Amino acid sequence: MTAFQIILMGLLIICAVSVSFSKNLLNSVLIYMSFSLVMSLLWICLESPDLAITEAAVGAGITSVLFFVTLKKIHAINVAEKEEEQKATQRNLPENGGKDE
Amino acid sequence: MSKRKPAEEYHKTFAFHFFSWLRGEKDPYLGNVEMKPQKEYEPDPELHLRHEKEHDAILDKVYDMKHNRALGLFHRLYQATSILFCLFLMALLLVTISHLPATGAAVKPVNNEVAARYIESGLEETGAVNIVAGMILDYRAFDTLGESHVLFVATITVLIMLRLDKNKKGEPNPLTKDMNPNDRIYEPKNDAILQMVASFLVPIIIIFGIYIILNGHLGPGGGFSGGAVIGAGLILYLNAFGFGKTERFFTEKTYKWICFFSLSFYCLAKSYSFYTGANHLHSIIPKGTPGAILSSGLILPLNIAVGLVVACTMYAFYAMFRKGGF
Repeated sequence: MTAFQIILMGLLIICAVSVSFSKNLLNSVLIYMSFSLVMSLLWICLESPDLAITEAAVGAGITSVLFFVTLKKIHAINVAEKEEEQKATQRNLPENGGKDE
Repeated sequence: MSKRKPAEEYHKTFAFHFFSWLRGEKDPYLGNVEMKPQKEYEPDPELHLRHEKEHDAILDKVYDMKHNRALGLFHRLYQATSILFCLFLMALLLVTISHLPATGAAVKPVNNEVAARYIESGLEETGAVNIVAGMILDYRAFDTLGESHVLFVATITVLIMLRLDKNKKGEPNPLTKDMNPNDRIYEPKNDAILQMVASFLVPIIIIFGIYIILNGHLGPGGGFSGGAVIGAGLILYLNAFGFGKTERFFTEKTYKWICFFSLSFYCLAKSYSFYTGANHLHSIIPKGTPGAILSSGLILPLNIAVGLVVACTMYAFYAMFRKGGF
């Protein structure tokens, strides 16, 4: 095991611990994304490029995007600015309604 | 043959009533059961306030840390026990791992004749240079078929949970009435940077995905990873240009037909090869020269089928999360 792999594994542990200790859900998803990225580098070191491609595309890409959409749906992003957003919605509704659908 | 009853007599039979109820022509309760329109529930503000006060009082009494000593003791014990349990579990797992044989050791149970067979005669029997592709799409193609179906079933489940249907008359679901017509409302519209980057990146990402799928039997990659890359490219395109652009080429119908044709092609192709293999018949599908792009028999078309299903599924997940439909 090379020093590079040991560093990557240390990063994995740091990421895994900090996901559960992070207070902000958005930060948790971002850290989880970096976990997947480090994991895909590790897969390359372990000589399985197939898994590295899949991990990078699914773990770091699509899963996190789905998490982001869910966080947005439950209004977990920008809790402090929620009221301003609601005002903005009421202002924007008449002009934007249904244009993009 | 029974005689046909006259219409008046038939109208008295049970079968007539039953089928007219089934067709929705007649409501059996109408006229027989007295029905009052239900009043909308109106909370009594005074009663509600009293209930809340009582609830708070009960909570204050129970969770009074200064006076309820048993509760405090329980909390401290709970924390200590959970920490001890976690430490115990960690120690147990670490001890177990330290007793496992090292990676790649000859005494490991995975190093048996099956793995040796795959490595020695995989190229000859499947025609795929990439041993992994030969394994998952030839020796163990049945597993991969199951995986594709699991993805398909997962999409259907998400569809059941998140889909907001129109009702029979074509009116939108009452649940969507309170929602914004689209949720891009918080985002900057027609973001120039995002659109510019997407117009550069999306073709490259999709071509890379196609390359991974088509090259699956020659190098690392295959249907699942390539399909996921294409799906990610489609999601980026959707984010940059909105649903209006993607609905031109990808609707629910497209998804349905692509999944149907890919999965049934997979089923038929593998049934054929299992049938010939089990009965020691000669398969008509040529193996080709190993290393050429058109080689290794069924692996290339199967890769394409799996890739199509995965790409469509990833896109469909995202579209349903965003607006509950395609």
